[in-house]
Amino acid sequence: MTAILKTENLGKQYRIARHRSQSAHSYVALRDELTQMVRTGFGLWGKKQPKTEPFWALQNISLRIEPGQRVGIIGRNGAGKSTLLKLISRITAPTTGSIRLRGRVSSLLEVGTGFHPELTGRENIFLNGAVLGMSRAEIRYKFDEIVDFAEVETFLDTPVKRYSSGMRVRLAFAVAAHLEPEILVVDEVLAVGDLRFQKKCLGKMEQVGGEGRTVLIVSHNMGIIDRLCNRGIVLDKGEMALDASATDAVAAYHAMGGSCAGEILRLSDNPAHPVITGVRFMGEKQDSPVQCGSPMNVLLNYEVQSSQHLSAGLPHLQVSMSIKSASGELKTACCSMQQPHFGPAPAKGTLCCHVDKSPIMPGEYTVQINLNHNGQACSRLVNHPLHVHGGDYFGYGTEPVEHRDGIYMAHRWELYDSLTDKKRETKA
Amino acid sequence: MAPRNEIVIQAGQKARHYWQDMFRYRELFVFLAWRDLLVRYKQTAIGVAWAVLRPVLAMIVFSLVFGKLAGLPSEGDAPYPVMVFAAMLPWQFFASGLSDASNSLTNNAPMVSKIWFPRMLLPASSILVDAADMILSLAVLALLMLIYGFAPTWRMLLLPILVLPAAVTTLGAGLLFCALNVTYRDFRYIVPFIIQLGMYISPVGFSSSVVPQTWRALYYLNPVAGVIDGFRWAILGTALPYTPGLIISAAVALVLLGVGLRIFRRMEATFADTI
Repeated sequence: MTAILKTENLGKQYRIARHRSQSAHSYVALRDELTQMVRTGFGLWGKKQPKTEPFWALQNISLRIEPGQRVGIIGRNGAGKSTLLKLISRITAPTTGSIRLRGRVSSLLEVGTGFHPELTGRENIFLNGAVLGMSRAEIRYKFDEIVDFAEVETFLDTPVKRYSSGMRVRLAFAVAAHLEPEILVVDEVLAVGDLRFQKKCLGKMEQVGGEGRTVLIVSHNMGIIDRLCNRGIVLDKGEMALDASATDAVAAYHAMGGSCAGEILRLSDNPAHPVITGVRFMGEKQDSPVQCGSPMNVLLNYEVQSSQHLSAGLPHLQVSMSIKSASGELKTACCSMQQPHFGPAPAKGTLCCHVDKSPIMPGEYTVQINLNHNGQACSRLVNHPLHVHGGDYFGYGTEPVEHRDGIYMAHRWELYDSLTDKKRETKA
Repeated sequence: MAPRNEIVIQAGQKARHYWQDMFRYRELFVFLAWRDLLVRYKQTAIGVAWAVLRPVLAMIVFSLVFGKLAGLPSEGDAPYPVMVFAAMLPWQFFASGLSDASNSLTNNAPMVSKIWFPRMLLPASSILVDAADMILSLAVLALLMLIYGFAPTWRMLLLPILVLPAAVTTLGAGLLFCALNVTYRDFRYIVPFIIQLGMYISPVGFSSSVVPQTWRALYYLNPVAGVIDGFRWAILGTALPYTPGLIISAAVALVLLGVGLRIFRRMEATFADTI
């Protein structure tokens, strides 16, 4: 069978500012270029100081994808997943290598790009279809199907700016999926819609794959990758770490310790500052779930990108963690500041938080973890989901009746008689 | 399912099928212009009247300042306001076209960085919108000629052809500046300045016949000067003030388009990364 998508030695290099503090603008001002030109005598003498350094977002990617394959691309943040999708959908040009595409690519990298907020749903379907390369006749032919799939019939003549984010995703996905592309490229966009619509989209993508077309999907949701895809590609630091079945790829990704459903934010541009690379919540043992009343371990992996200036290690590493309810209320928090220092920390390591007896009530929580170095916030993990199973916190032999998002406390109830002021003995 | 065509993207090479792709996306060209036209005067109190009001007010000011106060001559026996408005048509088209085109990529940054389509469609379609405004102004011109009792000649029918050099000039400058604007946002300030100066340098408020003989050849290096002369020739039915000027202006316009295309295509590959 001929490959529908073939990449050879694909690579993409970006130039990143060496010191962001010096050029705080995200774009080059003409002034900077001009002063540079004057300083170097228009290139006649003096050496031009490179203000940027090369950074390979993607390197040596050689792929062969057959028609009908549903490929899940997984990897940590910054592994190059989105760059790969951007190259395949022709948005940006590769620095090395080549891409061969045999057919139309329809990409959905962000929700509602190509939508104009002032235009109505109906107008936007036509506009977005045209942006994705559909002809007007084609859109008209597919119009009812798109509207039906997106479930926006009643809002067709409402400007899209009044749509809810869920409606916008539904409409955007509907248009992209009905283009009947030979290759459908989807980046983490389905997270916005509700569960029912997510299922519908997954069904549609399965159907697209079943019709002999190709689906490429990036997701942090391993459940989706495992269920939808029949092939998985793990990217790590811009290189291909594994190309196998989706199930194997998901397992390998978990083993890398990179499973992280939350979002990792870099708060510092200094390459010598540590960055969170992954987090794992576990019970007593590696594969046991987090259970109320049992030991809980939180394993946080961090890494320093450029360890050139780090012969002495990280002198002052601190970590703090807060656990919030699903509605965002703070439930409990802890940090390493009160306890003795770790001492110089290695450039790559794992911070582990041991809780002997987890007091968290069963339910759904989100976790935020901050990593500080020398008192400066360097990296933050937000919205990492935590599911806590029920357990016998008080050791009564039964699970506690209290089942709300919260924290148990060690306690004892007693009863006194007001007349005698004597304590009533409890009966076993 | 047989794949229709194969696309090959090779690092360091310009995209093949560049113009075919553009042709395939021709409907998007119209859609983008239609979108801009639909949203242009949304949430404005007097709406589309703005398209007419701006050139009319400028025409009144120019007629007073240059015609009455400075006492400059008109062309032939054309009333001064009609002569100014005849120049206002191409000038307004050029000025708004250049300003819209040079901001078209940066205004659509999310689209440029998340979807692939022939990028040239954005500046080109924004110029098409300004052509629509010009048609409206044409109706105002007709009204003005009716008020002054100034009869048009058969040359008026040549206007559609004369729009072509105006479009070439606008597109050339627009492509150049919108590409540069992606990397150097300085052009967001440079372009309005160029337009502001250009309004006085170009023969908008006065007839190009007042330009001294010795400076004529130099004067027509401004491609808009030739375009304006052409419009006046067709609308007013007067003789051309300086015929070689048209050729000079047309040549400059073509060079401008060539330079604009070249710079645009060279910078195009990195638009999504730098925008």
